[in-house]
Amino acid sequence: MKKINNLLFAFLLAWMPFMASAQIDGEFIKPRTGTFLLKNATVMTVTNGTLENASVLIKDGMIAGVGTNLPEDGAEVIDLSGMYIYPGLIDGGTSLGAVEVSSVAETVDNREIGNVTPNMEILTTINPNSVAIPVTRVSGVTTVLSKPVGGLFPGTAALINLNGYTPDQMYAGFRGVVMDFPSSARRGRFDRRSDEDIEKAKDEAVKEANEIWDNAVAFNEMSSNGAEMQYYPEMEQLAKVVAKELPLMIEVNAASDILNAIEWVKDKDIDVIFMGCDEGWRVAEELAESGIPVIAGPVQDLPTRSSDRYDAAYANPGKMMKAGVKVAIRTNEVENVRNLPFHAAYAAAYGMGKEEALKAVTIVAAEIFGVDDKYGSIEEGKMANLLVSTGDPFETSSDIMHVFIEGYRIPLSNRHIRLYQEFLERDPGLNK
Amino acid sequence: MKNSRIILAIILGVISQAVLAQTPKGSVLIQNATVLTVTNGNLEDTDVLVEDGIIKRIGQDLNAPNGVEVIDATGKFLMPGIIDAHSHQGLDVVNEASAPITSEVQMKDVVNPTSIGLYRALAGGVTVSHAMHGSANVIGGQNATLKHRWGTMNPEDIIMKDAPRTIKFALGENPTRVHGRGNGIQPRTRMGVEAVIRNGFNEALQYKKEWEEFNSNSGSSTNPPKYNERLQTLADILDGKIIIHCHSYRADEIYMLINVARDFGIDKLVFQHTNEGFKVAPEIAEYTMGASVFADWWAYKFEVYYSTAYNAAILSRNGAVTSINSDSGELIRHLYHEAAKTQRYGGLTDEEALALITINPARQLGIDDKIGSIEEGKHGDLVIFNEHPLSVYAIPQMTFVDGIKYFDINEDEDDQRLSVSPTEMVEPIYLTEENHRCMQGTIRFYGESLFQHSH
Repeated sequence: MKKINNLLFAFLLAWMPFMASAQIDGEFIKPRTGTFLLKNATVMTVTNGTLENASVLIKDGMIAGVGTNLPEDGAEVIDLSGMYIYPGLIDGGTSLGAVEVSSVAETVDNREIGNVTPNMEILTTINPNSVAIPVTRVSGVTTVLSKPVGGLFPGTAALINLNGYTPDQMYAGFRGVVMDFPSSARRGRFDRRSDEDIEKAKDEAVKEANEIWDNAVAFNEMSSNGAEMQYYPEMEQLAKVVAKELPLMIEVNAASDILNAIEWVKDKDIDVIFMGCDEGWRVAEELAESGIPVIAGPVQDLPTRSSDRYDAAYANPGKMMKAGVKVAIRTNEVENVRNLPFHAAYAAAYGMGKEEALKAVTIVAAEIFGVDDKYGSIEEGKMANLLVSTGDPFETSSDIMHVFIEGYRIPLSNRHIRLYQEFLERDPGLNK
Repeated sequence: MKNSRIILAIILGVISQAVLAQTPKGSVLIQNATVLTVTNGNLEDTDVLVEDGIIKRIGQDLNAPNGVEVIDATGKFLMPGIIDAHSHQGLDVVNEASAPITSEVQMKDVVNPTSIGLYRALAGGVTVSHAMHGSANVIGGQNATLKHRWGTMNPEDIIMKDAPRTIKFALGENPTRVHGRGNGIQPRTRMGVEAVIRNGFNEALQYKKEWEEFNSNSGSSTNPPKYNERLQTLADILDGKIIIHCHSYRADEIYMLINVARDFGIDKLVFQHTNEGFKVAPEIAEYTMGASVFADWWAYKFEVYYSTAYNAAILSRNGAVTSINSDSGELIRHLYHEAAKTQRYGGLTDEEALALITINPARQLGIDDKIGSIEEGKHGDLVIFNEHPLSVYAIPQMTFVDGIKYFDINEDEDDQRLSVSPTEMVEPIYLTEENHRCMQGTIRFYGESLFQHSH
């Protein structure tokens, strides 16, 4: 932990606005690309172990080399003695970029009207200038899934990098159609429906889902046979799931719902990802047997039942992983996606282990999204998404010193940091 | 003969009632821990002896008196019980949202000691919480300070009776939405909020004067003024008998209440949430008992859009008494982690960060002479951690209140409920637990999705 003697402390206090936190970086105000040689670091490759005293060469947005004797070759050299390089962290489920202030309806763009709206593309509403984006990426989170919420098929989620001036520049190569699986659970204590009403609503929703699915199968069959189809964008999008052009991302949480969802997709030849799985630990064996990957979380969350052990949500990712489920982690957040490393740390402490928890927010997430050829580890030929930290990036006492996204060096500044710089020693102070 | 038996039974009954009614206090010797005292530095390889609920000795190689349990904490960390200055756990109701001023309402009347949130808080090392009225009213109800003595069915057992009285105030969006936009009465604006407070205090001054006049002519034949609990409570605030804990976000409204308090000679004032407190940190430091803030919550409503996670660090460095609170059944379980975030956001030292969840909230609740640090003579409220509590991987192992162990990770059962509703045939499953409850009881002013973030 941090211990500072008085003299050093006084010195730091005087310089606080400029240097107290490594997240404050007044050097440059916009992301810039180039050729960078990150030298003398401990490189946590995630896929190929740890390299001591090693370098990473960044060129043309890619990792052009990882090793001990890389030539400088005109690159901008950044000495990282005593520091660590990790792959950029990936949050498997957020609404970042689609919501600015959740209680101000005018700024909430992740929740469209309608029960079956799979053609609603979250990518179209991603605001590259959302204040929360720079707030997020200084924590080393470089890539997030942003997703719509709402009805049975609320829309299509997209994986985005947290740098770029248009949604297309941010797009990271994965989209998936979201399904909110009919649930037998309550949405919260305000949900005062009777048990019978909940069960009835769930059964009706399953029936509706089945009908919609049958239509999508028919739509796909006819259109692939060359039939001229009426304009029907909802079915067109679902037909892409039937044709395995897009995966189906199913939000499902209660144990019995998870079992129902496994059963529901069993005889469908489609790509499926489960999201949430709050009670996944209760049916971990069945989940493992299904082979369906899970994006779990939030980890810092309450148990779903009063009778559950207090740490049920903390321990959930580890329990599923140990049963053989492929597990990534999400915050399910908007403005506090920056807490992803802490969610991963809680999963680590409560059974998953540090190594697996790191994988869950890097390479495993990339694999689930089918982008592990580009993201999720420090390997030559992958995109240069990485963070540099003074220690374990999951620890709050570590500082994140640099963030690179697709080879762009990201300014480690944001509104939170600028407010700190302005107000730490306000002038005038108490008296004018 | 028969009669004497009955009398004996009655006497025994009365005695046992009297014994049971006393606060349970325990003794324990915790050995070989790294003791994080918070107020006197860290002590390596040190023992702490608690007798009858009070920390009797801190030192090395202490002996346990006869019958006192000894716990070996070699390699572990011992810190004071964590104090949450803003919670709604253990309450059956939160808001009396029926008028802009409801100072007559008492949260101690709705304490539920079987609320599972209290056990979950203990599992996160929290021994004391400030169970607050909600933020629907400009001047809300009086709060209760709770000691998490899990296992009792009697609300009286968990109320910390020697804690000073506190009362909830609320500024900004919540009272203006509930009363102004919801009920069509003042306040609808931040101007109206100030007027409600000033009107209330001025009325209380008149009320106080009537009583003072009556009391000074005792013996005269005039009738006493009509008793009014609402105004009497406001008069007690003016007399310095009650600490104000005010829900607030924006710098302007914080500054407004500081001015009102100074005009009425009130110095017992703590700001809650205080997201823009960093903008008026010198004023908060100079004129109030400080601010109790979130580590990093922001942007869930418009009045917290211009927040910074460096708030606690800026307030601390400006000399304001600063604490970090939960206002949430979820966050209350890892306040040590919330405090640790100030090391990333502002580089606070270990002592400064730990003070945010121990001695500083104790100061703001007026109980720092009793709890908030590991010192001889203070209550035996203690937590043992497997690692340094500011590490993100730290897990609380045991939690003690008054020397009695209420949480032990090795004895923790899956189901820790004290009571089960007989009407619940099947236990409900909550996908999103309602853990942010400042606005509970005012749901008609919210859409469902907004309810999740309604501090």
